[in-house]
Formats: sequence, C-alpha cells, structure tokens
Amino acid sequence: MKTVMEGSNAVAHAIRLCKPEVMAMFPITPSTHIPENLAQMVADGDLDAKLITVESEFSAMSATVGASATGVRAFTATSSQGLALMHEVVYAAAGMRLPIVTTIVNRALSAPINIWNDQQDTISERDSGWLQIYCETNQEAVDTMIQAYKIAEDKRVLLPVFVCMDGFILSHTYEPVDIPEQKDVDEFLPPYKPEHAFLDPDKPMTMGPFAYPKPYAAMRKELSKDVMKAKAVVKEVHDEFAKKFGRSYGNGIIEEYKNDRPIAIVAMGSVCGTIKEVVDKRDDVGLVRVRCYRPFPKEELAKALKDKENVIVFEKNVALGLNSGAMYPEIKDVLYSAGSKARVNNVIGGIGGIDVTKENVENFIERLKDKEGVVEFLGGDPNE
Amino acid sequence: MKEIRFHGRGGQGAVTAAEVLAVAAFKEGKYSQAFPFFGVERRGAPVMAFTRIDDEFIRLREQVYKPNYIVVLDPTLMEVVNVFEGMREGGVVVVNTAQMPDLPEGVDVRIVDATKIALEEIGKPFVNTPMLGALIGVTGLVNIDSLVSTIKERYPGEVGEKNARAIKRTYEEIKEG
Repeated sequence: MKTVMEGSNAVAHAIRLCKPEVMAMFPITPSTHIPENLAQMVADGDLDAKLITVESEFSAMSATVGASATGVRAFTATSSQGLALMHEVVYAAAGMRLPIVTTIVNRALSAPINIWNDQQDTISERDSGWLQIYCETNQEAVDTMIQAYKIAEDKRVLLPVFVCMDGFILSHTYEPVDIPEQKDVDEFLPPYKPEHAFLDPDKPMTMGPFAYPKPYAAMRKELSKDVMKAKAVVKEVHDEFAKKFGRSYGNGIIEEYKNDRPIAIVAMGSVCGTIKEVVDKRDDVGLVRVRCYRPFPKEELAKALKDKENVIVFEKNVALGLNSGAMYPEIKDVLYSAGSKARVNNVIGGIGGIDVTKENVENFIERLKDKEGVVEFLGGDPNE
Repeated sequence: MKEIRFHGRGGQGAVTAAEVLAVAAFKEGKYSQAFPFFGVERRGAPVMAFTRIDDEFIRLREQVYKPNYIVVLDPTLMEVVNVFEGMREGGVVVVNTAQMPDLPEGVDVRIVDATKIALEEIGKPFVNTPMLGALIGVTGLVNIDSLVSTIKERYPGEVGEKNARAIKRTYEEIKEG
C-alpha cells in the first residue's frame, strides 16, 4: 500500500524487509534518519538484528565486514566524510568478496565542510570494486535496497553494493512510497546462505591474506572481470523484481527517456526528475539516466548515445586535476570506441547542495547545444 | 500543480505542517511531495518548508521559487525575510497575527490569530496545525476531514483531539473573514 513518508524512513523499512542480521552504524548527516529508524525498529521488536553502535565509520564498516565474513547478512549506511573514513575497509570488503549492502545518502566532501548533496563521496569510491546504483526517487531507493542483497549474494557476483540516494533531496523528502509486503520480499530474497566466506572456529580460514605480486595481480584481474560480469545480474534481478512487484527502472542499467532526439543529457540520481520535466517541454533533447554506474554500462551507453549530435554529461562531482566531472571522460571513451561523431559537453552542477532548477537545465542546453568540449560549472543562480 | 511555502522559526513546526499537508492531500487521491529548505536547523532561526500537490507523481526536485500559497507562522519573520518573494499572481498569503501588518502593494493577505487559538485549545503555542486549518479555509487545498484525520493519526489521543479543535476554529474563523 502506498503511503506518504520520508525517504530515510522508507529505506529503513526496505532494510527491515531484507532482514539483515547485523547492522553496524554511526550517524552522520544526512543519513542519520536511517540508523535512527532502524534502531527504533530493533527496540520495538520489529527487526530481529544485532545493532552495533560503533564509535566511527571506520569501525562501522569494519564491524560490517567482520559480520559478513561470519556468513550473515550485514548492513551499514553513511554519507560523505563517513564514507571517506571507511575508504580503507571499503576496498577490503570488495577484495574479500563480501556481499554487504550499504546505503549512501550522498553528500559533499570537505573542505570546506558542507552538509548538502552532491555525489563526490561515492564517485570517490568508484574504483573500489563495489557496485554502485543511483536512485531517482524514494520508491526506487526502496526497491533497489531489496534488489541489492539479491545481486550482492548471487554466486556469480559476491560483491558489495552501494545504493546511492541524494542527501536531503531524497532522504528528507516526503513522497508516496509503496512498501512491499514481507511475504513478497521473502519470496524474492531468500535467506543468505554463505558458501565462500564463513568464519567458523571449528573450520578456521583466512580471508584477505597477504599475497605476493603474482597471485595479487591475478586476483585483481579476476575481480575486475567479475565486477564487469555483475552487470548481467543487476539487470536480471531488476527484471525479476519488475515481474514480481510491477515496478521497473529503464532496463535496470540505464533508463532512456525520450531518447529519440538529437541531443541527449546523461545524468544520475534525483536531478533526472527535474531534467525529465525540461525534456517534456522540448523536442530536441532526451535523457539517458545512468542507474548502474559501477559496473559502467559501456555497451548500453554506446548504443544509446552513439548516433547523437550532442551529448551533455551532467554530474554532481568534480574530478580535481582533470577539470571536469569523473563521468565525462568515461562517456567520451564510450563514444570514441563506438566510432561516434557526437559532440560531448560537461556540466558540473548541484555541487554542495546548489539547487538545480528547470531554468538551469533549459539554459545549459541552450548554451551547449552547438558547442563541443565545453566544461561548465553551475554556481547557484537559479536562472544561470 | 499547487506549490505551498511555509515560513516559520526553528521549533515552530513548519516542516511538520508541510508534511501533514502532503499526507492529507495524498489521502484524497492526489500526489504530493513535502520537503524542508535544507539548512542547519536551529531553534528560533528562520526556516522554510515546501509542499507540492498535483494529479500525477511529482518528478520535479527543485525548491519552490514561485509558490501559489504562502503560510507565515510567525509575523516577526516579515521584518527579516521577504515572505512574499516569488509569489504567483493570484497567490494568497496566510499570516498568524492578531493585527494586519503593513503590506506591499497588491498582495492578498489573510490573517488569523493562531497563537491565541492554539493557547486556548492546545494549551501551548503550537501554531503549525491551526495555521493549516487557516490555509485550507482560504484555499480548499484539501478538505477539513482529511486534514483532521491526518492530524489524529499523527498525534493519537488527547493531543490529536486538541489539535483538531484548533484546526476547526482557525478554519471557520478565516472562512468567516
């Protein structure tokens, strides 16, 4: 049944439905309402999980890794500096092939300190081996949480997943959300049965041990291949979810919205809702929303973009030292490899909570539609 | 689509008012969205919250810049914030005050003494819920029954009853003008 509720609360319900056995969390704005809601559910007896209140995000991810390594379904959530503090353990979790799911409520990174939304935090973990799925609405965040455990725990994947939702813009917004029934989620997501990683005093094993160059390189090579292969499972699980629950998000990897037009905007997350409003008012622009950012959907994007006249990559991160967003060269790589003649431009917007308005989108389309290779940085004037 | 902006001070419940309105509209089969102005919340500081109501799912994620309706929970805010900023033509501003304030040209302002009503009915100066009664009395955005039932669900028992009485009084008073 659909109800109007806050995004963080909705996601907490989705996590409850996934029945994690261990949750280790440290609150940080704007993800704090997720641990708050989950702690309440545990206290009320609505969720039978071990809640570990740790003293830092480093410990939160460490405890989550430890729990997952004993073979239980484990969860944590964080934002921004919290994710940055987890960084070392984030890489270890992927290398140890632990199917952890973490909700990231996206927020800018210091300095200067800023509590508002952009996607610099997860983009900075793009090479870690975690899968990254970006949500446009709170319903998608709920549905993706449930899909994420099934993806992570699939024997063909066995990798951790970041479910990314924009801080405040989704996490603090009340909107209609359909929270699935426990029975349906149980049918979709059976209990986790670990086979590869299962720390047990009776059967000692070592995880993430020391490796000399040759086995290390071999393992990294395998990991790289496996992260790419996970894309098929992301799609498969999305399709299975769509069949059971009646909700889908593009093809699960990318979403094409009126993408039969000469110009395409490529973007991720909640801003895609605002971009769709602009697309509806024009006849020259469509949207390609990247839902699954890691693994990067090279084939899907090549197909969706190669025949465009102009591709405008909108992103909420800055690759400092490259003077563009992180996805801009990735899209260029896709188009170059596909032999595309499309002109490519880049807009860095929504940084540190700068509001992205319909007017902003209209105006950057007008400014860039005849340009090539321009990188723009939106400064915050709603009419800019 | 209707867009509503609430002005209050931290602790007065502007964010709650925006949420309650969104829930009440959804009860009537409409789509809605409510969100705070994303700031650092401090008691007493000027705050804003927004509600959108439409017949379809609301995809738009920008803040509200051109509200149809504006609700001012605390009249002293009008000295520090331009509460009329961006108001659409034909828009209405509902202010919690006993006395009509000095106004710029051409704005439609309705007043109700929500503080007095809140003190009498709730026993505390909780003006956010009675101001919702006034808002829907002027605009008919949702009907009074949806609003009252939403409030009673959110605040079960005596607290909900008291709030409901305050809502009904502001609703009637502002309708009578």
